[in-house]
Amino acid sequence: MRTVETRSHLGQNGRHIHRDGPSVIEFENVAYSYGNDALLADVSLRLAPGSFHFLTGPSGAGKSTLLKLCYMELMPTRGRLSVFGRDVSGMGRDDIAHSRRRIGVVHQECQFLDHLPLTENLSLPLTVAGRDPSGEAQNLQELLGWVGLKARAGARPPELSGGERQRAALARAVIMDPELILADEPTGNVDWEMSLRLLQLLVELNRLGKTVLIATHDLNFIRAAKSQVPTRVLRISNRSLQLAGADL
Amino acid sequence: MIRAADLAELLTGHTGADRVVPPTGYTARLTVFTSAAMAFLAVFALALSLATDRLASRWSEALARTATVRISAPAGQEDEQVAAALDVLRTTPGVAEARPLTDAERRELLEPWFGPELPLDRLRVPALIEVVETADGVDAAGLRARLAGEAPGALFDDHTQWRRPLVRAAGRLRTLGLFSLFLISAATAAMITLAAQAALAANARVIATLRLVGALDTFIARAFVRRFTVRALTGALAGTLLGMAAVAALPRADAAGGFLTGLGFAGAQWLLPLLVPPVVALVAFGATRLAAFRQLRETT
Repeated sequence: MRTVETRSHLGQNGRHIHRDGPSVIEFENVAYSYGNDALLADVSLRLAPGSFHFLTGPSGAGKSTLLKLCYMELMPTRGRLSVFGRDVSGMGRDDIAHSRRRIGVVHQECQFLDHLPLTENLSLPLTVAGRDPSGEAQNLQELLGWVGLKARAGARPPELSGGERQRAALARAVIMDPELILADEPTGNVDWEMSLRLLQLLVELNRLGKTVLIATHDLNFIRAAKSQVPTRVLRISNRSLQLAGADL
Repeated sequence: MIRAADLAELLTGHTGADRVVPPTGYTARLTVFTSAAMAFLAVFALALSLATDRLASRWSEALARTATVRISAPAGQEDEQVAAALDVLRTTPGVAEARPLTDAERRELLEPWFGPELPLDRLRVPALIEVVETADGVDAAGLRARLAGEAPGALFDDHTQWRRPLVRAAGRLRTLGLFSLFLISAATAAMITLAAQAALAANARVIATLRLVGALDTFIARAFVRRFTVRALTGALAGTLLGMAAVAALPRADAAGGFLTGLGFAGAQWLLPLLVPPVVALVAFGATRLAAFRQLRETT
């Protein structure tokens, strides 16, 4: 099976932002089955540090499953999966939790703690890592400004609009300065203008050296991204992974 | 395994972990109520256990050192046989005191069955000699043999026949009290485990979010464990104080008779119920911790 591989390249400002080096994520002939249903079969993929990938395919093709494997919510039923150079099969629950602190995840449904104000939700990764959020107040304010939610700092998640929740999820995903950003249908609940705003934020993160993997079926979103940043588009079809691009 | 560090953190608290779980819910009220009710019952079980312990000791001591000589002699020989029996008793080693009961005392003994103003002179009631033994006690078989020779109508009763079942019954009551304490602890653990499981299930989304952002199981468990322990401690404190007040308000049974003892605590025993709240808190800590880790293992 051919491995879909990413390479380093120069960014728009000429800075060498996509470094060669050990893969952030590496799938080797990975399969995932739920009961008797094979959801992914024989997937091989390497994500180089600083790369920008889209994962596309029809609904139910296995995009979310692949992302869940990346942040170890699911474990391969066959094959070998490495995250940050470590084989996930040898990881304990604490190892997985520590690895997740290096991954920022943005979900379509944005998981928040509804009883806490936005600032506390954003600083949740700091809290669970044992860091004092009050010591990061400045950073938090800058982050709120970056996603345009300074005025909504005290609001609780149910009071936020879909777009605000997506931006808040992105802010929470990056507060720990993760090496990898995973986004599952980030534009699913927002209008086109907000989609472009989110894309802008993701591109900025990629330019800072973060590896980005976005699962989406929104081809316009992918086209908009391709015009701003070198991307690779992966398509899941028939439970396996292929490089796409020419038709986009 | 409960570590000292976990307990220390339990007391000092952890602001972050405390806030991540929504503060309200029916499980909170359920835990407080259950702990209060169980602590209340535990105080009563403890009081019962201690009271039966006192009862067993008192019965054993009181009955072990007293005996009775009953004299059923034909008319006209009673006084003679009483005098002979008293002579035998006064010269028997282990007898501290021996005196015949007066008519008034015999009437008092029979009063519960026949009512007041019993005409003793018209009834054939045997004469009774109360014997108080020394700590060494008497040789019952030897005394019986001597009485048979000197006063054929005299029968020595050292109360052994009915003392043993009484002491055994008191001992069983005490065991029952201790077993009740064990059952109460087990029921408390079971109910708090159920409440914790309900809380964990109700907060499945919160747990998933925390795991997503890299929370360790210990962090998530701590949030639930501390909350349930504090609730259990609060409820148990209230239940214990209420139980102690109820025990204190019970009528004293001492006045009812020599053998009876009040259900309650005496002296330093009043400090024992104060152990109930920390024990309930420890039970809650262990039960919630176990439930939390078991449930978290099922979460990715």
